[in-house]
Amino acid sequence: MKKFEGLPREIIALRVSREIKDNSYVNLGIGIPTLVSNWLEGRDIILQSEIGMLKTGPIAEGEFIDQDLINASCQAVTEVPGSVYFDICESFGMIRGGHVDITVMGAFQVNAAGDFASWYNPSRGLEGVGNVGGSMDLAVGAKILLIAMEHVTNDGKPKIVRELTYPATAKKKVSKIFTDLAVIDVVPEGLVLKEIYPGLTPEDIQSITEPVLIIAPDIKEIEI
Amino acid sequence: MNKIVTNLEEAVAGIEDGATIAIGGFFAAGVPRTLLKAIIEKGVTDLTLACGSGPMLGAVNELEEMVKNRQIKKVIDSYGLFRSATKGSKHAFEQQIRAGEIELEIYPMGTLAEKYRAGGAGIPAFFTPTGSGSIIENTTLTNIDSNRKKKETREIDGQTCVLEYALKPDFAFIHAHTSDYEGNLRYRKTARSFNPVMAMAARITIVEAENIVPAGELDPDAIHTPGIFVQRVIKVPRTSFNITNL
Repeated sequence: MKKFEGLPREIIALRVSREIKDNSYVNLGIGIPTLVSNWLEGRDIILQSEIGMLKTGPIAEGEFIDQDLINASCQAVTEVPGSVYFDICESFGMIRGGHVDITVMGAFQVNAAGDFASWYNPSRGLEGVGNVGGSMDLAVGAKILLIAMEHVTNDGKPKIVRELTYPATAKKKVSKIFTDLAVIDVVPEGLVLKEIYPGLTPEDIQSITEPVLIIAPDIKEIEI
Repeated sequence: MNKIVTNLEEAVAGIEDGATIAIGGFFAAGVPRTLLKAIIEKGVTDLTLACGSGPMLGAVNELEEMVKNRQIKKVIDSYGLFRSATKGSKHAFEQQIRAGEIELEIYPMGTLAEKYRAGGAGIPAFFTPTGSGSIIENTTLTNIDSNRKKKETREIDGQTCVLEYALKPDFAFIHAHTSDYEGNLRYRKTARSFNPVMAMAARITIVEAENIVPAGELDPDAIHTPGIFVQRVIKVPRTSFNITNL
């Protein structure tokens, strides 16, 4: 299978940040989604962290590190005017209760129905368990669920697949997929290829994507 | 009502082999490290550590001691494994899990939070949509095949919901920023997290607090955990730790 050069992870995150409207409450998962926070400066967007914080500030460094103040990825963060702390039940009340506007998560696999797999890593060789964390609660409660991930695995296999071969996190929940090579909408008819990495063709993207893609009439290069 | 105890032995008195202990905190933040050290010192075994989101990965030194001493029978968690599979596979904790010497039982984080809340609030079980469409609809997640139990589901408002049961640990280890003599607690920043709900859920709640003040010093309008949920409080120094890279 052909290997294509695409956007670095930081730039996938930048593209995702453009998708988030001001006045939104947003939860960012581990991995590429966490990097989205680097692109939100000056935006009126409030980050929810499942550990129990609203309005999570930038990553803390040096003397600003406070051992009582981390985000859900265990990174030292900062407090900003308007930050709030609360306990885990209230936090998951926000998440499961549908109060968070946009949720961004990573995934191992996504299919055309909007099902996705993110919690179980078979390469770990542990049967029956994995780090579910808050992923299933976030997915079930999401009003809009965006997936940010590499288009293919490290060894070049499609991550956008016909059938999930990893156990699902949730079904029929994904709204949109952002990869290093493409932006794809998940609609009832299937997957719509909306944006592609400059220089690539829809055929290139199809060659590394299992489900048949619907090509958007207004398809364009990824704007960053 | 004075709940202050003056030494760690007294704080962890009555904890026997086979006990289930809720461990507060979330990764590195708000973990009751001093009480964990006391239980290592005490040497009790066959423990079930009822966690929320990887407090033992945050308190990795204490985890390593307990693994070395073979004190842990089971860990309940939502994020119990090191994030890095490579690091995890080399770690004695994960090796004991792989060998079936430690059971790891996994729940979605919000479900686990609600299991403690239900336990504390006198609700025996509840239905949640979390996990619908995943294998959690069918089975508990555990590395021990014979302990996998079938789950019940019900369609509610067109949504498949999973029946989950309350969790009531024998003990809870809680890390608070400030306690008054009567066990009214305040936490600091994201060190709150799982601590309040675990304090509610356990039969005996044991608190390590960085500061202890007389009753009346805390603003009654700003108490996070009312003292009715707390049985013992011990003062501990504020010790620094690494916010580990999991």
